[in-house]
Amino acid sequence: MTDKDQYKIRKEPFYQAQGKEIALYEAAYAARLPVMIKGPTGCGKSRFVEYMAWKLNKPLITVACNEDMTASDLVGRYILEANGTRWLDGPLTTAARIGAICYLDEIVEARQDTTVVIHPLTDHRRTLPLDKKGELIEAHADFQMVISYNPGYQSLLKDLKQSTKQRFTAFEFDYPDAQLETGIVAKETGTDEALAAKLVKIGATARNLKGHGLDEGISTRLLVYAATLIKGGVEPRDACRMALVRPITDDADIRDTLDHAIDATFA
Amino acid sequence: MSEAPTEYEHPLMKAYREQLGCGFPQVAEVFEDCMAEALSVLSREGIDAYLEYAHFLCKMGRGVEPVLIFLEEWPSIATTLGESALPAIADFIRKMWKSPNGRAIVPFLQSLAATSRRLHSQEQMQDYMDLALAFMERTTGSIHGIHTTFASPGLPEFFKQSPYLLNQVSIAGLKNWVEYGIRNYGDHPERQRDYFSLQSADSRAMLQKERHGTLLVDNERKLDLYLRGLWREDARFVPYSLKFDELRKPIPYYDKLGIRLPDVFDDRNGVAGIDRYRAVLAHIVGHRRWTTAIFADNYSPFQRMTIEFLEDSRVEYLAMRQYPGLRRIFMALHPAPAEDACDPEKESAVRHRLAMLSRAILDPNHTYKTPHIIEFAQRFHALMAQGESSTQAMAELAVAFGAKTRRQSDQLPKIHFKDTEVDYRDDNRQMWKFIEEGDEEEAFDQQRKIELEEITGLPPRHYAEWDYNSQTYRPDWVSVYEALHPKGNPAHIDQLLIKHAALAKRLKRMLDLLKPQDKVRIRYQEEGSELDLDVALRSLIDYKSGATPDPRINMSHKTSGRDIAVMLLLDLSESLNEKASGPGDASGQTILELSQEAVSLLAWAVDKLGDPFAIGGFHSNTRHDVRYLHIKGYSERWDDEVKGRLAAMEAAYSTRMGAAMRHAAHYLQAQKADKKLMLILTDGEPSDVDTKDERLLIEDARQAVKELDQQGIYTYCINLDPKADEYVADIFGKQYTVIDNIQRLPERLPQLFIALTK
Repeated sequence: MTDKDQYKIRKEPFYQAQGKEIALYEAAYAARLPVMIKGPTGCGKSRFVEYMAWKLNKPLITVACNEDMTASDLVGRYILEANGTRWLDGPLTTAARIGAICYLDEIVEARQDTTVVIHPLTDHRRTLPLDKKGELIEAHADFQMVISYNPGYQSLLKDLKQSTKQRFTAFEFDYPDAQLETGIVAKETGTDEALAAKLVKIGATARNLKGHGLDEGISTRLLVYAATLIKGGVEPRDACRMALVRPITDDADIRDTLDHAIDATFA
Repeated sequence: MSEAPTEYEHPLMKAYREQLGCGFPQVAEVFEDCMAEALSVLSREGIDAYLEYAHFLCKMGRGVEPVLIFLEEWPSIATTLGESALPAIADFIRKMWKSPNGRAIVPFLQSLAATSRRLHSQEQMQDYMDLALAFMERTTGSIHGIHTTFASPGLPEFFKQSPYLLNQVSIAGLKNWVEYGIRNYGDHPERQRDYFSLQSADSRAMLQKERHGTLLVDNERKLDLYLRGLWREDARFVPYSLKFDELRKPIPYYDKLGIRLPDVFDDRNGVAGIDRYRAVLAHIVGHRRWTTAIFADNYSPFQRMTIEFLEDSRVEYLAMRQYPGLRRIFMALHPAPAEDACDPEKESAVRHRLAMLSRAILDPNHTYKTPHIIEFAQRFHALMAQGESSTQAMAELAVAFGAKTRRQSDQLPKIHFKDTEVDYRDDNRQMWKFIEEGDEEEAFDQQRKIELEEITGLPPRHYAEWDYNSQTYRPDWVSVYEALHPKGNPAHIDQLLIKHAALAKRLKRMLDLLKPQDKVRIRYQEEGSELDLDVALRSLIDYKSGATPDPRINMSHKTSGRDIAVMLLLDLSESLNEKASGPGDASGQTILELSQEAVSLLAWAVDKLGDPFAIGGFHSNTRHDVRYLHIKGYSERWDDEVKGRLAAMEAAYSTRMGAAMRHAAHYLQAQKADKKLMLILTDGEPSDVDTKDERLLIEDARQAVKELDQQGIYTYCINLDPKADEYVADIFGKQYTVIDNIQRLPERLPQLFIALTK
């Protein structure tokens, strides 16, 4: 049997609730309903799942999805050994066996035929057939399925099938409002509120430009990076340019505008 | 009468007068004053040279004007350039004098003082004169072979404009501007004069191109992003020109139609031009956000001015509260009038006082000592400390300030203006509302209601054209008018498609092979990028159980996506109406009809394929009227609307290809696709009625192809002219096909497209 404890979250992750999501998640978990979390990059989706796993004291198995991922990468496969072959469980199978929360991060990155394997686990059946092994796994009573995705890609190819979508309850996350976000940046990095407020202000500038040359605004995660750099002794303007502006755009006009916003904010 | 009418004259002055030896009475009148100035700035030798040269000008036979100007201006010129500049200038004037351009000497001398102040050094002055000399030599007339007989028409105008020009552009820029004028208007005296006196649109456009500073047109997007990003505002920018309005300097303002900004800002006090624009915008946004209009009727003009100054300070203060970094920009741009700069006994100090107050509010480290200024700056800050305050509160503060500081001399007609203008502030027209309209002025313009002209078509877009002779662009040379193609009967196109049903069937088979599949995994490969574990295991199990294993245990990936945006550009010039010639031609169809069939088939095929696709037609009637006819847009479906337009295709006029390509490219450019393809279907070389030089439009089209290539657009020409080989390769390089047998065009065009995009 797999060691369950290695998947447990030991230390409380910092998570600042934006609304009722903690209570709602707890309710969904109580009924073992699958959960989908939507939201732009770096707004706290993964952190939230981590926090809930800690709060519920359940193991968490995270899979970062990518387009080369196959169904066997999730379910498991036979591997070769010196004297034959051996079955190795994939992360999804492991989670179903030990009763963990299985978190598929950025699920749309995986090919659509891959994601279909989660279907039997996410409805009333709660089973996982391993056709190659000829085994039918009944999911552990604690098992729960969580997926996340970023609808901002706006690509027809990168969308979930209706049959997948309709198996989940969903949360829609967004960047927190200025005051909350200031608190998050300050708490996460230990910087003072005034500096955090300035960073949040620059973040808001970029978010206003979304759709005008920026696909995505500056995420809370990047704000935290910037604050971390500043705390590490980097000059604030340099830190902002490095952590907030350069990563998100190659467009000279936008870069110039954001640089100006930085200069205007740090007098 | 050569002697001065004074009774007594200092013997030394008399000696100078004799040295000058000039008989004009006008000279005698001013001689003493000029001499006094000259003696104070020139050396001994300088005085001698000064008088000697004035003597020459006097005897030159060009009247009194040159010598008068020289006597008056030289001392000040000598202080900026140095006395040693004289021989070079004298030499230049002598050259003009010996040519038929004597008339230009006076304008040259008149502008000399101003130009020398601009140029500052003898080297630069020399460059300037060399430029003028070259100008003179190239434009001095040799009409009908008569050598140097006619004066250069543009030269006097050029000298008149030169101080202004040098204010706008560097010597190098001036050179380009002059070069352009000579090249394009060298043989046309009237137009040359217009060009060099800055009357023609062309000349202004060219000057604009050479200007130094930050141009609004180049930075519109940046400023738009600035408004959106930092202020969540959205506005249209309307530029106005500072250049042609020297007396009445326009200032920024905003109304319903947009924000009016100067067309160019130079860097100033370490603030970049773009930041000056941002300062104006921040100020205007401040008003839009925090100013509420108040009634103007109850305030005197001085009170209104005071209120405006304080309200301006208030909105800036609030803007700086949001973005503290703005303070640096505002501080650098806001004038800091010296406290004692204005004598309130002699001139009206009202502006001076207000500018000081405004500065004191802005600058926490100001050095003003006037108690009222300090007191009111403090009262302002006390008000602001409580919150946002209001326009009304500013009005009250302003009235109090006015009452405390009023002076009798405020009414003096001479107002102290120096260092009181804050040029990033708008004219505050949005701040006031009036109970009675115009109780002081007669309101003539209120009565008239301007009726909006009904817009019948899109406004023209201007494109530059490449001039291969000089290897430069002619700015905004071609006007392209875009309009919807008139509609005809769509059934006609359906009939054409039925006629070619057999061909369509064959095409369809080819198209199916092209359909996008995106990323595909290819399994069962002996060689591949990675091991296909499932197959490998199966092979191994086979092997272990004694059967022959399958060696194809690898897999690889292949992307077969299609992401191509296509633009089909049709030449609709007159020549398309000709009958198609070719082997076995019996149908008697015109090239236009055949093109129509071909385009219909192609459009049908592309529609089946699902690539984004647009069709446009063009013809031209001189550079002022290039018509671009919209047949199908990217978002339009291949439906009766589009078929109708295609059915009504007509041919007329000429082929100005470059402009049409640039225009079509700006649509294609906006498409989000990996590959962009522009197909140009034409039957002849680019030409137009207003262009004598055959190469010109060919070279321009070639340049357009290069530009498009830089934008990532692949151009491909399908040429129906059997003699096209002479020029088509010059324009398109290898990216062309000549179809000699025009009858086969309907078949060839879709095939070509498929081959190109496979």
